[in-house]
Amino acid sequence: MIAWKIGGDQGEGIDSTGDIVIHVANRLGYYVYGYKSFSSRIKGGHTNYKVRIGVRPIRAATKRTDILVALNQETINLAAPELEGGVILADSAFQPTLPQGANAQLLMLPMTQIAKESGSALMRNMVAAGASAALLGFSLEPFSDYVAKRFGSKGAAVVQSNQEALQKGYQAIAEQLSQVTRTFALESSRPADRLVLTGNDAVALGALAGGCRIMCGYPITPATDIMESLVKWFPKVGGAVVQMEDELGSITAAIGAGFAGARAMTATSGPGLSLMQEAIGLAAMTETPVVIVDTQRGGPSTGMPTKQEQSDLLALIHGGHGEASRIVITPSSVEESFEDGYEAFNLAEYFQTPVIIATDLSLSLWQQSVDRSRLAGPVPIDRGRVLPSVPASAESAATFQRYAFTADGISPRTLPGTPGGQYLATGVEHSPSGKVSEDPANRERMMDKRLGKTAQIHRMRPGFLVQGPSDADIVLVGVGSTAAVNLEALPFLEAAGIRASAGWFRTLAPFPAEQFAQAVARAQHILVVEQNATGQVAQLIKAEGLYDWRYGSLLKYDGVPFLPEDVAEYVQKLLSKVEVAP
Amino acid sequence: MATLQDFKTAEKSWWCPGCGDFGVLAALQKALVKVGAEPATTAIVAGIGCSGKIGNYINSYNIHVTHGRTLPAALGVKLANRSLRVLAVGGDGDAYAIGMGHFMHSLRRNVDITYIVMDNHVYGLTKGQTSPTSETGFHTKTSPQGSIEQPVHPLMLAVAGGATFVAQGFSSWQPQLADLIVQGMNHPGFSLINVISPCVTYNRVNSYDWYKKTLVNLDDDPGYDRSSRSRALTRLEESDELVTGLIYEEPSIPYEAKIPGFSDIPLAHQDGRLSPEVWNQILGQFE
Repeated sequence: MIAWKIGGDQGEGIDSTGDIVIHVANRLGYYVYGYKSFSSRIKGGHTNYKVRIGVRPIRAATKRTDILVALNQETINLAAPELEGGVILADSAFQPTLPQGANAQLLMLPMTQIAKESGSALMRNMVAAGASAALLGFSLEPFSDYVAKRFGSKGAAVVQSNQEALQKGYQAIAEQLSQVTRTFALESSRPADRLVLTGNDAVALGALAGGCRIMCGYPITPATDIMESLVKWFPKVGGAVVQMEDELGSITAAIGAGFAGARAMTATSGPGLSLMQEAIGLAAMTETPVVIVDTQRGGPSTGMPTKQEQSDLLALIHGGHGEASRIVITPSSVEESFEDGYEAFNLAEYFQTPVIIATDLSLSLWQQSVDRSRLAGPVPIDRGRVLPSVPASAESAATFQRYAFTADGISPRTLPGTPGGQYLATGVEHSPSGKVSEDPANRERMMDKRLGKTAQIHRMRPGFLVQGPSDADIVLVGVGSTAAVNLEALPFLEAAGIRASAGWFRTLAPFPAEQFAQAVARAQHILVVEQNATGQVAQLIKAEGLYDWRYGSLLKYDGVPFLPEDVAEYVQKLLSKVEVAP
Repeated sequence: MATLQDFKTAEKSWWCPGCGDFGVLAALQKALVKVGAEPATTAIVAGIGCSGKIGNYINSYNIHVTHGRTLPAALGVKLANRSLRVLAVGGDGDAYAIGMGHFMHSLRRNVDITYIVMDNHVYGLTKGQTSPTSETGFHTKTSPQGSIEQPVHPLMLAVAGGATFVAQGFSSWQPQLADLIVQGMNHPGFSLINVISPCVTYNRVNSYDWYKKTLVNLDDDPGYDRSSRSRALTRLEESDELVTGLIYEEPSIPYEAKIPGFSDIPLAHQDGRLSPEVWNQILGQFE
């Protein structure tokens, strides 16, 4: 396993260099995982892109960096503690120096000069990519091929000069390879058919495959990619993306579309989610399907827009006034993001209620190899209880009973256009026919119907999954991206002689209390790992009366993703025997 | 062909006796019959307030949404099923206070929906507070010494904001109002019909008698040019918007006709399946 990293100022081509390395390694049959650190600005400010490359699936970030490509001194200073004997490949133009105590070899390369010789100093990152290829022990050819694909639309001249810069960078390092003290020979990879996807890509693909044809949104980090992907794809399938004036409009338009019978969604992050709360209540009250993606980021208010956090969970479950029925599902990997991307629409139409896909910045933005077979279609599409026509007897009755009381609380619905099925969908409390009603008995029955109908979800999809022994010394409980971090912490714990397992929520609301309690029943300790300040998942467990002396919380709310090493280290300390003085 | 009776429900109306909203409801039902609408293919989105109750009294597919959000909901309905006749109905608070953002953007977006605003210059359902269209000096429970703000001028805003159809009706002048609604429904794009709909309980200033004395019917003016944005603005400013009739209309291609690749077949009628070719082509970008 190798960790490669490039750092510099925003706007210097850090992203495109990382993209080249990650895609080429993926095409060579390696598993990859890529993640970025960036700020809420376009130019300037430190940014970096790290790519892990290995022969086993990789799901999370790591502390160690083996190869650091530095386009400025700041990058070296910031990343020095990660290096543990690695190599720094730096542009000699900024006269790089090794900080005191750094355990790394500094290789200097006149990247800017080589780039200028190839046509423009802007291609410095291509020189860096070529040099990286040589250090990683890859051949140049797949890099050249990828550059041709990526820049093909810009014309042959652009492709050629980029390839030249790439080649010169490669050559320069290949010549000095004997001086490199560490080698980075990866185990050889096997050919595989994999794609490089972010969680946002996967949610958008899932939505597309699941029949979503309307997306109404308002740009917001880190959710915007979903809208940008769908606006590219929808013309091929006849759908529509509407960039609305705000999130109030975004969700309400999606609800209107759901009422009229199309699969519709919106995607947002914290601030937008706050604005959508009233409309989530409208969808719940009118029993209208709608799918909302919340890619959580640092809150409250504007918070830390480009930083990782999982602090919207309770707002997703309980937010808004009144007590509104909703389903909250939580993918923890890119593969699960795809599954939930289409399944959300099935659930929304089956239960006739809003469904929220809760992801977080790390999950939504970071890239990962995914086997193409995991995306093979067609995916199941279940439109729920939609009446194709209304029987004449009902038509002759005064009004269609849209909100009829049924055994499971789900009433058959009609879509506009269906003769005799006309009804009023209102956010005001209503009778089975949809007419406004303040009758106390009706009110109680309607509340019970709406709040009770989603309980069946636990028979339809997993609420909580576990990997590892059920009688482990410790179960690491995660949600979203912390689930992946916990899984990656397991090998560290195994090496330390600790029997650990990792579990993660797939459904957060309604809370899968039974499944969760069973899954952790035999564990000695349970550590809830989440990225917020108040332990929101732990609070959900407490609310079910399950939280006892075996439980503990590991929280992080500094905006930086958990690393598997952090979790493993914490667990080791937690489980080490306390020496009691005689 | 649907009749007037087909668009009625058995619901008893909750409006105050004499409320202008009765006239809006009647004109809307007449207009629906006149354009040949059917209850099953008519969708009406209503807002919050006295006006929002209208969905209880019209037999069609109705959705009664959150305060101020009729226009986004109507947009969603229309895009989901473009074969439906879609109307949004709300009051002056819904349209020009809490929903003002959506109003302005709907004008420039130009989705084929008809927007009827029941404008009474006062908040009625909350029992008498200042509305965005209340005149300066108007006394209410939230402006006991008279409103100190300028009223919103919705018609001028609409004309300036890129509207392709702007009209104003008066709930008492039924034939003209019904005719304006018909014209609005036939207009391929966003049509605004602001309707003066007096509140007999909380607005004693802008009464039926007052309007009958002050309103000027543009239809009686053969020299008025409905195709000029600048002349419409001048006329509205000079009259302080106290006119009825079709104020401005221009040839229009609705938003949904401009969406790249947007399906002619209503999305609600499709099964959502993808062809393997399209799927593989899209996945190709992640290789």
